[in-house]
Amino acid sequence: MQAISAKIIERAKELMREGTVTKVAGWKAGEFFYDAEPNIFETAESLDGLVYNRFCAANLSKYMIKNSAFESAGKVLVILKPCDTYSFNQLLTEHRIDREKVYIIGAGCEGMCDIDRVRALGFKGITGIDEKGDGKTLVVHTLYGDGEVNIDDVLVNKCEFCKGKAHKIFDELISDNEDEGPRGDRFEGVRALEAMSPEERFAFWQGELSKCIRCNACRNACPACSCRKCVFDNAASGVASKANTDSFEEKMFHIIRAFHVAGRCTDCGECTRVCPQGIPLHLFNRKYIKDIDEFYGTYTAGEEAGQRGPLITFTQEDREPNSVSDKGGN
Amino acid sequence: MHKIGVFVCWCGSNIAATVDIDRVVAEAKVQPGVVFAKDYQYMCSEAGQNIIKDAIKEYGLTGIVVCSCSPRMHEATFRKAASQAGLNPFMVEIANIREHCSWIHKDKEEGTEKACVLMRAAVAKVTLNTPLKAGESKVVKRALVIGGGIAGIQTALDIADAGFPVDIVEKNATIGGRMAQLDKTFPTLDCSSCILTPKMVEAKSNENIRLITYAEVEEVSGFVGSFKAKIRKKARYVKEDVCTGCGVCMSKCPSKKGLNEFNMGLNNRPAIYIPFAQAIPNVAVIDSTQCIKLNTGKCGLCEKVCTAKAIDYTQQDEFIEEEYGAIVMATGFRPIDASKFDEYSYSTCKDVVTSLELERIMNAAGPTGGVLLRPSDGKHPHSIVFIQCVGSRDVSGRGKPYCSKICCMYTAKHAMLIRDKYPDVEVHVFYIDVRTPGKNFDEFYRRAAEQYDVDYIKGQVGKVWEEDGHLVVRGVDLIANEQIILNTDMVVLATAIEPDPTARKVANMLTASIDTNDFITEAHPKLRPVESPTAGIFLSGVCQGPKDIPETVSQAGAAASKVIGLLCKDKLTTNPCVAHSDELLCNGCSCCEKVCPYGAISYDTHLINDHGVKETRRVALVNEALCQGCGACTVVCPSGAMDLKGFSNKQIMAEVEAICL
Repeated sequence: MQAISAKIIERAKELMREGTVTKVAGWKAGEFFYDAEPNIFETAESLDGLVYNRFCAANLSKYMIKNSAFESAGKVLVILKPCDTYSFNQLLTEHRIDREKVYIIGAGCEGMCDIDRVRALGFKGITGIDEKGDGKTLVVHTLYGDGEVNIDDVLVNKCEFCKGKAHKIFDELISDNEDEGPRGDRFEGVRALEAMSPEERFAFWQGELSKCIRCNACRNACPACSCRKCVFDNAASGVASKANTDSFEEKMFHIIRAFHVAGRCTDCGECTRVCPQGIPLHLFNRKYIKDIDEFYGTYTAGEEAGQRGPLITFTQEDREPNSVSDKGGN
Repeated sequence: MHKIGVFVCWCGSNIAATVDIDRVVAEAKVQPGVVFAKDYQYMCSEAGQNIIKDAIKEYGLTGIVVCSCSPRMHEATFRKAASQAGLNPFMVEIANIREHCSWIHKDKEEGTEKACVLMRAAVAKVTLNTPLKAGESKVVKRALVIGGGIAGIQTALDIADAGFPVDIVEKNATIGGRMAQLDKTFPTLDCSSCILTPKMVEAKSNENIRLITYAEVEEVSGFVGSFKAKIRKKARYVKEDVCTGCGVCMSKCPSKKGLNEFNMGLNNRPAIYIPFAQAIPNVAVIDSTQCIKLNTGKCGLCEKVCTAKAIDYTQQDEFIEEEYGAIVMATGFRPIDASKFDEYSYSTCKDVVTSLELERIMNAAGPTGGVLLRPSDGKHPHSIVFIQCVGSRDVSGRGKPYCSKICCMYTAKHAMLIRDKYPDVEVHVFYIDVRTPGKNFDEFYRRAAEQYDVDYIKGQVGKVWEEDGHLVVRGVDLIANEQIILNTDMVVLATAIEPDPTARKVANMLTASIDTNDFITEAHPKLRPVESPTAGIFLSGVCQGPKDIPETVSQAGAAASKVIGLLCKDKLTTNPCVAHSDELLCNGCSCCEKVCPYGAISYDTHLINDHGVKETRRVALVNEALCQGCGACTVVCPSGAMDLKGFSNKQIMAEVEAICL
């Protein structure tokens, strides 16, 4: 992945110089080396600050809403990893992005690294992480010398269940790796929850959601949570004040949020990745995805632009009485 | 400042027996905003309505809650009363403490508690109600009848007689439907053609009726009083206005392998054909799958022999677009596929036929010229076994759970006709029950059994098979309590009837609801049997449920009278409980547009001033004339921009909160 980083910067500069795009959405280095953060670059020179490494997990799709808005001048270049393209497509479906105003470089991805998992392996005083070049091994530099880890052992949660390395939409591809298909069984965790008794499940979520500090990171990172005005910020919605009334206060917030993105969530995993409290929020979304798959046939939001999701589709075959129970649900 | 009045109805003993009315009134009095609460034996009576009107005037009520029966029953009554007393009719809420409460509870304590809860919810909602004003919409004075069988024809004739133009859209090349295929009709045994064909001619000649045959309705939009339909007129490859129906083309056509649909596929017909001699319009049609010219480019014989120059191989489907005030569904039925019932060997033995096939065999214009002959070898049968309830009253899941209603009578008819014409033929009928409710029906059946010696056997048939050139029927005689085996020459299956398969598609287009058996649902099974719950859609004939010809004709007339009542009006009041979108909250995501069953939502991109921030945004627009207030859009809207007047999200939440208190 380090190998294509230089190519991406070069190509971005080129597109900016020739006037194809007027700005670039990418990542810049943060305070620490593992802190790569989304950034809009507005000059070719500033692109020297663009990074593309194992810490560029942030999904840039959502930034395209603002950057392709009616009043926004010029075209924007966005760098999308395979998983990000699902979100981009879903936003296109919902008319939130003007495709004409966006130039997409599909960047190859071999999985993003979770620094906490590296630390958990016992590394202390980490000063940097490089790639060995085999696509699998990372070299961990520390104050006390170098070490090696396999990327598979330190993947961020969303990459553990990677949907595949193929981009669903792009203008050009810069990649040096092949699609290996989906990784792992993403419904494993959901099945474990389903196997619990209602009491156990309630206790599980009470334990998890009680950690919530209501920082809104999940909502802000989520590409599906892109309402102009969130119902939780809208006093007139009647739910804003419902969210914090008791010790299990944030359950309402998370359950309502999960329902709002049901059928539209592409399982990009940003909610769980950005949660500072480590709440496995993706389990809500995956539960709904699994239910939708089982009731209406397998459906992947964002697979292509212009799809009609099962929750907003009526067909001639829809039956009036209880189609859910017909299909074995209850 | 709210001044709410609560009126609790006893509904005689319907509510009062299971709900402690005094407690509901006492609790109502202490609800926030309530200034008056009273009970009465029959709130819907004139005296009851006067209690409401007087209280509105005396206490200056700003909203009222009536705790009574379902709003479907008397909401309109109470709204009218409120309106007469000067209160906006949409400031009335109904708490349904009868159907939702007293009728389903036995325990008075529980019933009372629930009644109080429902009352509280309605009070919570009414405090958030806003006065609404109904608008007006036009009425297009033209009706559309979908289906040209006896139901459609009779409905169209009655509407046309009242002076309104009607279009009949028929999917087949001729009108007439199933009745045209019948030989005789019960219980009078008059010839089906003799009573139907004059009506077909009348439909053709009535200047208010336009027949659009070989056509299907493709799209319907709009709403009561103002529907828009797009009708596809399929290519006949014969110019309808030029063809004289002389039939020469039929005799010359070299392709004769097409199955004759009119004769239930019992014989063949040419690729160019007139469905039957009395077809209306009496115009040929080319079966494009069978025509040699259309498939290979060679032949063209019909074009050569046609003196009227009516053949046009280049004809394309045409589209007719028209506006209608009302639409009548008269899509009819078909017999179910008997091959699902393998035990009767329908698909393997030619001499096992369905009743409708027998009807064609018995008919003078049928494949055998009206002579009863076995399909396998064309010999005269000496014994026939009828099996009733094939696929009707079926609990195995292969057939239909309902009684098809007409089979007992047509089987008696067939049995009687055969015994009358061929006294040498033995006739046995296996039945579960013989059901003959109808004028002169039971007399008819008894005549078959008593005067014509038809052997009625109470019991079912387990298996039919072929052996040495005849059929063997193994059944059970429940009265004698024994198994019986009969050797016979023919078996006739009284197959269940099911709604025509096009009914589901049409119903979906019209947003008319259908039941689990694909019959169209009535607005009320007893009180509004010819109306669909969707305003402006009416039901005629078997599409609503199994029925015989007399019943169909009377229902057709009833549907027509409802249509006439509607078309007589110059304006309709529209329902003000419609959706509206807050453009400041709208994301422009199109979810609402996709779920809207009425096509009432469109999008517009324009400059919006969002608290000083000026932005051009794509936002949803609701066409209030098209919106039926179903609320689907409010549910899918992620940001809550969509809301329903009269049923706002806030009102619903207030109700839920009041219930959960």
